[in-house]
Amino acid sequence: MKMLRMKTLHLSLLLSLSAYVFGQGLDPAALKKLPTTSWPTYNGDYSGRRFSPLTQINSSNVHELSLAWASRFNSSNAATGVVIKAMPLLVNGILYFSSPNNVWAVDVRSGRELWHYTYPHNTGSTIGNRGVGMYENWLFVEMPDSQLVSLDAATGKQRWKVQIADPKLDYTSTAAPIVVGNHVLVGIGGDHLDNPGFIESHDPETGALQWKWFTTPRKGEPGIETWPDEYASAHGTGQTWIPGTYDPELNLYYLGTGNPNPVMAEKSRKGDNLYTCTIVALNPDTGKLVWYYQVSPHDVHDWDATETPVLVDGEVDGKPRKLLMQASRNGFFFVLDRTNGQHILTKPFIDTLNWTKRLNAKGQPIPDPAKYPSTDGVLVSPSSNGGTNWPSPSFDPGTGLLYVGSNRTFSMYYLTDTDPRPEGWGGVDRPVGGEGGSLLAIDYKTGKTAWRHDWPSGTGVVAMLSTAGKLLFTSNGNNFIAFDPSNGKILWHAGLTASPSNGPMTYMVDGKQYVLIAAADTLYAFTLN
Amino acid sequence: MIMRIKCAVALLAAAASYLWAQEPPASMPNNPTAAIAASKQDPAAVERGRKVFATYCAGCHGVAAKGGPGAPDLVRSLLVLDDEKGILIAPVIREGRPDKGMPKLNLTEPQISDVVAWLHVQTYAAGHRTTYEFKDVLTGNAEQGKAYFNGAGGCSSCHSVTGDLAGIAAKMDPISLQSRWLQPRPTGRRGASSHSPGATPMVTVTLPSGETFTGTIDHIDDFTVSLRDSNNQFHSFTRNGDIPKVVVRDPLQAHTDMLRKYTDTDIHNVTAYLATLK
Repeated sequence: MKMLRMKTLHLSLLLSLSAYVFGQGLDPAALKKLPTTSWPTYNGDYSGRRFSPLTQINSSNVHELSLAWASRFNSSNAATGVVIKAMPLLVNGILYFSSPNNVWAVDVRSGRELWHYTYPHNTGSTIGNRGVGMYENWLFVEMPDSQLVSLDAATGKQRWKVQIADPKLDYTSTAAPIVVGNHVLVGIGGDHLDNPGFIESHDPETGALQWKWFTTPRKGEPGIETWPDEYASAHGTGQTWIPGTYDPELNLYYLGTGNPNPVMAEKSRKGDNLYTCTIVALNPDTGKLVWYYQVSPHDVHDWDATETPVLVDGEVDGKPRKLLMQASRNGFFFVLDRTNGQHILTKPFIDTLNWTKRLNAKGQPIPDPAKYPSTDGVLVSPSSNGGTNWPSPSFDPGTGLLYVGSNRTFSMYYLTDTDPRPEGWGGVDRPVGGEGGSLLAIDYKTGKTAWRHDWPSGTGVVAMLSTAGKLLFTSNGNNFIAFDPSNGKILWHAGLTASPSNGPMTYMVDGKQYVLIAAADTLYAFTLN
Repeated sequence: MIMRIKCAVALLAAAASYLWAQEPPASMPNNPTAAIAASKQDPAAVERGRKVFATYCAGCHGVAAKGGPGAPDLVRSLLVLDDEKGILIAPVIREGRPDKGMPKLNLTEPQISDVVAWLHVQTYAAGHRTTYEFKDVLTGNAEQGKAYFNGAGGCSSCHSVTGDLAGIAAKMDPISLQSRWLQPRPTGRRGASSHSPGATPMVTVTLPSGETFTGTIDHIDDFTVSLRDSNNQFHSFTRNGDIPKVVVRDPLQAHTDMLRKYTDTDIHNVTAYLATLK
C-alpha cells in the first residue's frame, strides 16, 4: 500500500514535472496561426488585426456574458499601485503579464497567482509596461532601467539580463518584446533629450545582440539628406515603443516610429527627418530596411507614428492586395501595399485637422509652416496626444472595417527654445479643449467612416477587439462594452472598478470562450455562465 | 610630427577662443529657477558656475553649452548625462583633453564643482518640459482684439470687460490668460486655468411619462446619467438608447465651437486686449 502510494506519487510527480518542463513552452511557429486557445503575442497574432475567429460568445448571446473571475494584483515595488497596461500572453493555460518592475504568471482558469517576479527599485520611468514576449520556455520583458530581462516561464526565475540603453538618458523602456523565429525584437521609448532611436534583436537563449537598427540614418546612409547634418540625424530620436506586426510569408517586420527631436523646435532639423514618424519594413533576420513610408514628414507636434500597422489581405479596385493600414496619431488614415510600401490611400479620420493644406503625390500630408509651434502659440488640432494613440485598433475581416479610438482635440503649441540649437522638446502644447472622443469604424477601401459612436464623456482613445461572433469589444470610462461591429449598436456592458487599462483579449479554455480585460490592478474574465 | 602640429593648432584655436570668451557673451543662457529647484542643485553654486563657464568654457562650448566648431554640445553629452556630482566631468576639466584640443584650465576645485552644478541644470532644463519657460505671448494688437471681442468673436455676448472680466489681467500672467480664455474649463495642465466658476454642464432628463429633471451633471455615459437639481437633490437614471431623453447644455459650448473658427492672429489679438484689463 505504502509502496503503491509512493509509486503513484512518484509517477504523477514525474508526469507533472515533464509537463511542467516540456509541455508549457511556446513553439515560435505557433505564432503564425490565428489564436483560439492561446494569445501568444502582443496582438494575439502577428497581423495586428486583434481579430479572433471565436464565435461561442456572439451577438445573439452576449447579453448573457458575466463574470467568471476577477483577480487583483499588488506589489510592494509599485509606488503608485499596480496598473496593468500590459497585454497578457496566454500559453498552455497560463497568463503572463507585467507592470513596471513586475511580472506575474496566473492560472487562466481561476486568476490565481502562480508566481510573481519583482525587479529591484530603480530610477527608470514607470509610466507603463506593455507586456512580455515568449519563446519556448522563456519570457522576455523590459525593465524601467532599460534592461531586457529573461525569465523561466515555469518558475519566474531570472535567466539573464542585458542592457539595451543607458538608464541615465531618460529612455522609457516599456515596449513588449515580439518574438519572430529566434529573434527577440526589442523597441524603446523616450524623447526627453534627443535619445537616439533604435530597435534591436536579441538571441532568446543567451540574450546576445543579433542586430541593431537606428531609426535615423548615419553618415553616408540613405535618408541622411533629409537632415541638415549627421549630428542632427544621430540625435533625431524616432522611438519604437509600440510592438510592430509581421508577415511570415514576406518575412517583413512592420514598425511605426516615433517623433523626431527636438520635438517642437525644428530649426536645427530642417528636412523630412527620415525615418521618424515612418512606417518601416525590416528584415527580422538582418535588421535591414526593406521599404519605408513616412506618414508625418518633418513632424513638429509630437505625433509618433507608432500606432499598430495592421496587416490585412484585402481588395483594392477588385484585385486582391496585401495591405498595411494605420490610423496615425497625426489624424490621417493610411493604406499601403505591404509588399513594397506603395501608397494606396490617405484620408483624415478626424475633421478638426488644421495643420496641413495638402497631400503630396505620394499621399503624405505636408505640414503647414504657419502651424509650427511659435513663441506666442498656434492653435492646432489634434493636440500632442493625437487623433488616436497607442491603444490598439482592430480590423474585422467580416465587416472590412478598422475600429479606431479617436479624439477631436485642440492645443496651443508653444515654442520655448528659440536658440539656433534647441535641446530636448524645445516647446510644449497646452490643451484648450475639443469636441470629444469617438469610436470610428473606418472602411479601408474609401477611408471613410462607415459609422461612429460619440462617447458622452471620457477619452475616445481606447483599445479594440473584434471577433467572428460579430462582436466588437472596447471601453469607455469604467465600462467594458460590446458593440455590433456592423452598425455601432451597443449590445452589452459591465461597469468595472476602474477604467480598462489594456486591450481586451479572448480565448477558449476547456471548451468555453472567455473575454479578458485589465482595469488598473485587476484582471476580469467574462464568460457565458 | 604632423599630429603634433595639428595638436598645436587646435590648442592655439582653443586658446584664441578662450581669449574671446573674456568678452561678455552676446546672450545669456536660460537659467530657470524651476530647473534649479527640480534638479536639486544649490542656486548659489549654479550662479557661480554660470559665470565660471561663461568665462572659461563658453568660448568653445558656447554660452548655452550647446557646442561650437570642434567643441561638443555638453547638454547632449553622454559624459555629462551619465555624471553624478562631477565624478566624470571633473577629471576632464582638471586635465583637459589635449588630444582633442581642450586645454587644461587650472580651475580651482570649488570652481569645477560649480561648473558641474550649472551643467546639470542645463541638461535637466532641456530634458524636463515642466521647467520650460514661456516666451512673450503678447504679440497681438489690442485694438483689433477689442474689435474681435465685440464683433466677430462674439465674446461680448456673454462677457463684459467691466463685469466678469474686470481686472482679469491682474490675476494671472499672459500665458495663463491666453489658456484660460480659450478654455475656461480646467485641463489639469500647467498654463491652463485652475478653476472654472459657473461652467458646469447642465442636463435635462425627460422620462417617457413627460416628467423632467434638470440640474448640473454629476456623471454621464452611455448607460447612466446623474444630476443634482437646484435643491442639490441627487437624481440618477438608467439609459437605454434614447430613453429617457437626455439633453446636455454646456455653458462653455461657444468656447468649443469657436476652436474651429479662430485664426492665430485672432487669438493673439484677444489676448493682447484682455491683457490691458488690469
